[in-house]
Amino acid sequence: MNKPLRRVGLTMMVMVLLLLANLTYVQVINADTYANNPSNRRSVMEEYGRQRGQIVSATGTILANSVETKDAQHYQRVYKNGPEYAPVTGYYSSIFGATGIERAEDDVLNGSSSKLFVRRLSDLITGRDPRGGNVQLTVDPKAQDAAYAGMTAKNFSGAVVAIKPSTGEILAMVSTPSFDPNPLASHDNGTQRDTITKLDDDPNKPALNRATQETLPPGSTFKLVVASAALSDGVDDANTKNLPADPTITLPGTTTTLSNFANETCPESTNGQVSVTIAIEYSCNTAFSTLAGKVGKDNLIAQASKFGIGQTDLTVPLSVAPSTVGSIPDDAALFQSGIGQRDVKLTPLQDAMVAATIANGGVRMQPQLVKNILAPDMSPISTFSPQEAPGGPAISKDVADQIKAMMKLSEQHTGGTGKQANISIASKTGTAEHGTDPKNTPPHAWYVAFAPADNPQIAVCVVVENGGDRGLAATGSSVAAGVGRATINAYLAGGG
Amino acid sequence: MALPPGVLGSATTHMTAPGSTPATPTRRGTELTLLGFVLGLVVLAFVLISENQSQSIKPEILLYIAGYAVLFGVAHLAVRKFAPYADPLILPCAAMLNGLSIAMLYRLDPPLAEIAFSGGNGYSNAAPKQLIWTGLSLLAMIAVLWLIKDHRTLSRYGYTFGLAGLVLLVLPGVLPCSISCVAGAKLWIIIGPVSIQPGEFAKVLIILFVAAFLVSKRDLFTIAGRKFVGLELPRPRDMGPLLIAWAVAILVLMIEKELGASLMFFGTVLAMLYLATERSSWVWIGIVLFMGGATVADRLFTHVQTRVANWVDPFADAQGDGYQMVQSLFSLGSGGIAGAGLGGGHPELVPVINSDFIVAAFGEELGFIGLAAMIMVYMLLAMRGLRSGLAVRDTFGKLLAGGLSFLLMWQIFVVIGGISKLIPQTGLTAPFLSAGGSSLLASYIMVALLLRISDAARRPQASRPKPQAPIAEASTVLVERPT
Repeated sequence: MNKPLRRVGLTMMVMVLLLLANLTYVQVINADTYANNPSNRRSVMEEYGRQRGQIVSATGTILANSVETKDAQHYQRVYKNGPEYAPVTGYYSSIFGATGIERAEDDVLNGSSSKLFVRRLSDLITGRDPRGGNVQLTVDPKAQDAAYAGMTAKNFSGAVVAIKPSTGEILAMVSTPSFDPNPLASHDNGTQRDTITKLDDDPNKPALNRATQETLPPGSTFKLVVASAALSDGVDDANTKNLPADPTITLPGTTTTLSNFANETCPESTNGQVSVTIAIEYSCNTAFSTLAGKVGKDNLIAQASKFGIGQTDLTVPLSVAPSTVGSIPDDAALFQSGIGQRDVKLTPLQDAMVAATIANGGVRMQPQLVKNILAPDMSPISTFSPQEAPGGPAISKDVADQIKAMMKLSEQHTGGTGKQANISIASKTGTAEHGTDPKNTPPHAWYVAFAPADNPQIAVCVVVENGGDRGLAATGSSVAAGVGRATINAYLAGGG
Repeated sequence: MALPPGVLGSATTHMTAPGSTPATPTRRGTELTLLGFVLGLVVLAFVLISENQSQSIKPEILLYIAGYAVLFGVAHLAVRKFAPYADPLILPCAAMLNGLSIAMLYRLDPPLAEIAFSGGNGYSNAAPKQLIWTGLSLLAMIAVLWLIKDHRTLSRYGYTFGLAGLVLLVLPGVLPCSISCVAGAKLWIIIGPVSIQPGEFAKVLIILFVAAFLVSKRDLFTIAGRKFVGLELPRPRDMGPLLIAWAVAILVLMIEKELGASLMFFGTVLAMLYLATERSSWVWIGIVLFMGGATVADRLFTHVQTRVANWVDPFADAQGDGYQMVQSLFSLGSGGIAGAGLGGGHPELVPVINSDFIVAAFGEELGFIGLAAMIMVYMLLAMRGLRSGLAVRDTFGKLLAGGLSFLLMWQIFVVIGGISKLIPQTGLTAPFLSAGGSSLLASYIMVALLLRISDAARRPQASRPKPQAPIAEASTVLVERPT
């Protein structure tokens, strides 16, 4: 019986050979295909064992970094001033992925970006752990601190965005209420899960970046866009009194009425008529509705899109929700849209961009949060260069100067705290109704401004949702203006 | 595979000089040295895992190492006492695979506990349980060595074993699903906290039966029938046992919804038929029969279809039915040639990694090199079993050793082939590696039988009773002896 035993032994060896041949195919020849398959979660998990790069502010202060630990994950992500910067940095969770800059610049931070390739090659040769690159933001801590303090002092829900008009650099981006990203980077999965559950269940939506992701009716701040359209197309000029000063008008084709704030007649009228300048100065609704009617739907939409409204693919590099003027189906809708109501909805970032464009003489700069990509040793690899937004200037220098003059007048009639004699501000407020019962719902308070008016260094947009601490009585000037001025003052005081 | 020239020669020598001190070395010292080497490997594995997972050497690994060392120390002493001439490689091979298994389960426990926790489930560590099962299994091995002084006595209980094996094989299939189903396959008997896979024991019992049956009826099967395309076909009336085995295999496939058990059963029976008859026609007929049955099963049962579809292209449904297969390939591929190092990979991403797919964990962390080495250890173990079959003098022992060795290798082939997409995946466990008491217990009973046969093969002839094998067999051995 030994002959068949040997044959069986031979069969067993053939089985072993088949196994080894197949394993050679799987583990040697095809190994990279399997190892690098996008659904193979190992590559993601490996990143957690690598030192992730830092996120630093424009002045170099560390906002997020990874510190060495003794546990299996090797590094712990730490966010200093977590809630203040959370809308910008986002979080970096091993379970729930990343958001904000952590996500947008992930390939730099985790060291896989091709921009870092030369460094990684030398790392391979010198045998060091390939560390991630660093990201320097455009955010200025002085502006950010002031904006965050202003919003949180009275527990406002809303957002602040500050932009440097000449470059598009985002100097501040605040969204409140905010959240602490630190527990989401915890090495304890239970902590991560508890935190995300709490954030998801919170009706105040602290994880929502209101600056980029929330679109709200801009109210009277939208008059800047309507005025730009009217002046650019020659529909009207700045000072001819040809717009109604009436406290109330009836919308064309309907019996619906539209009124000025507190049912006032627009001041400084002559024969019941006011100019565009006066209408901006006192924020007269009836005049601007009529002006929007004169401008017409197509011109208004065209002008809005030159300011960036309607752009669906804006990234800074955080993605920004598209703002819109709505479909404007009829003249009544056009009248309402003229005062930033109806279906007009802007993100705070978009409204800041409108102010910054006017401040920059009509040239809209592409907004940007990242100033520099730095190597692991903090030497610069690539630097952000200012870019004009595509499509040419939104308005001419001439029109921009005229609107700037109107905004300076408007600021003089705007109340609220924080006015400083040595800083001239150009601004526009907004008090936007919303909801199903607009007259009994606390309005959103807006304030867009730039300063110094004659050499603009900073443009801001502040929105305080649902009246802030003033309820139904809230206005842009009483609630939002103070936060905006505090941000401007802090930035300019620092010599920004 | 060559038979060392000394084996038969020394036997002859001792027949001429009965009662003298045996000159044949027992080779127990070799076994102890090899066990010491294996212990060193296992210590290294534990240290690496502890260092990789917690950057320190945890004191608890000393408990595992000490427990492991004591268990195999005792096993070695028992072999010294009950089977002094046993093959010195069989126990170390089993010990090595077993030790690596405990280390790997220890390494997998923390991530698996975390996964179970995140799904809201409880988890009890597999490594301590596996160590306890190792102890119980070694006890069973020692008991078999102690109770069965001569393997030939087993041939008297052939039909008893056969009946018991058949019952165990079919039992989970006919029991209600509430106590026999795990993940769609009816392979279990679960009573309270105890769950056993009777199929693991059925394999061994059926091999014992088939060996005994074939020895007693061997002449029948060697009568030639008609010739067909160069093959000598058996006479149709001799086909009975093969047809019965085939029917049982297909029945098991149908009621247990699992290809593995019936593959093991039928493959081993075919191999043993071939061993007994030396006729390859039996093998071909068997393969054709099984392919036919399996094809019909594939048409009729969705669980077989799913397994086959996952084999053809697991990526077609990578997040659904193919998930496990895809994850297994990712695990193996990520390991590459040299592996991620023990504790350095993420094998926990593969579902049921600590039982059916544990080989993928070794492939990922020890790489192709490590896994190939482990396959070689399996092959060494199986080859030492076959070698004992070559050397032992009785037909029953030859058939038994051949059957057990083939079963071991066959199971490894089906398991590793399954997780690496060489063949469709089955629900079989990897002997000595997978977590689970039934598999370990059955594997050590097989080891005990192989030790017993190898002891009989090498034990000096004088101390043995006269062989009861047919006279004709002895001359066959001499004729077939290699030169």
